[in-house]
Amino acid sequence: MSRHPLFLPVIAVGGLIFGFGLGFSHMARPEVVIDFLTFEDFGLLFVMFGGSIVAGVAFWTLSAAGGDAPLTGRRYTRRLKSFDRNVLLGGSVFGVGWGLSGICPGAAYASLGVGNWPILYALAGMFVGAYLQGVWRSESTTNTAAVPSDD
Amino acid sequence: MITDLLGAGLLDTLFPNGIGRYAVGGLLVGLGTAVIYLGTAITAGASTFLESTLSYVSDRSRFQQYRASRDWRVVFTLSIIAGAAIYALIYQGEPWSLSGSAWLTEVAPWRLFVGGIFVGVGTRIGKGCTSGHGICGVGSVSRTSLAGVVTFLLVAIVTANVVAALGVTP
Repeated sequence: MSRHPLFLPVIAVGGLIFGFGLGFSHMARPEVVIDFLTFEDFGLLFVMFGGSIVAGVAFWTLSAAGGDAPLTGRRYTRRLKSFDRNVLLGGSVFGVGWGLSGICPGAAYASLGVGNWPILYALAGMFVGAYLQGVWRSESTTNTAAVPSDD
Repeated sequence: MITDLLGAGLLDTLFPNGIGRYAVGGLLVGLGTAVIYLGTAITAGASTFLESTLSYVSDRSRFQQYRASRDWRVVFTLSIIAGAAIYALIYQGEPWSLSGSAWLTEVAPWRLFVGGIFVGVGTRIGKGCTSGHGICGVGSVSRTSLAGVVTFLLVAIVTANVVAALGVTP
């Protein structure tokens, strides 16, 4: 599969702006997120709604105009995922983790960037969690021999 | 006059650190998302990186399904780290000083690690995190994402307040 030579550079530029924004918004600091969740500082609302409005303008105008993206040929569509109980189950589990630690995946990457090395504990936990659910769901969907395994 | 003072007092109470950093930061997060979308039509979320990167070390079908996107997701994550590092170099400590620019959390390591496990499980089962559902999904006015955001927001508020009430600080 050949890619447009500008594909990865555009991902990188977008990621740089995204990460700079997470640093600037202080979302890379778990304390600021915990202050929001405990009603000390409502600033996080501006981050989420500010970000979603800008992204939303891009999604809605480009998908309404139709056509394909220049670097991938993919059709412009909005992000619409199917709803099932996993959205509520997973959202609840994520909420426990977010409330306990004050950090979410994107902010954790940015937190590493602002020099906050203890966030490696959170990143390690995230990989452990992603692995655990992956193992569990690979087993429940592949439906292979139902022999209990210790590995 | 009095209403002005009340208004200012309320703003200070709700936003003790002002709104500038949050609004500008949020707009930039949205702009980064929009740049990637404009070029690629991809609505990039941050948490898929966790699983797609595991496909480098695990043959599980759950991780291998992300094989095609795993390289650009590594680039996306490294760029997020780099972008935040540029922010830190300019705005944290002495400008452009490598040594004095780091910021360190005081949240206990066990909270970060245990919370991280829940985040890793929950974002992947729930089809998205604060960027996938919160930025891209809300921006798309996806009812699935709005339900996801409301769910994790409410549960996180309850969790954080319970943790605080138990006297766990920081």
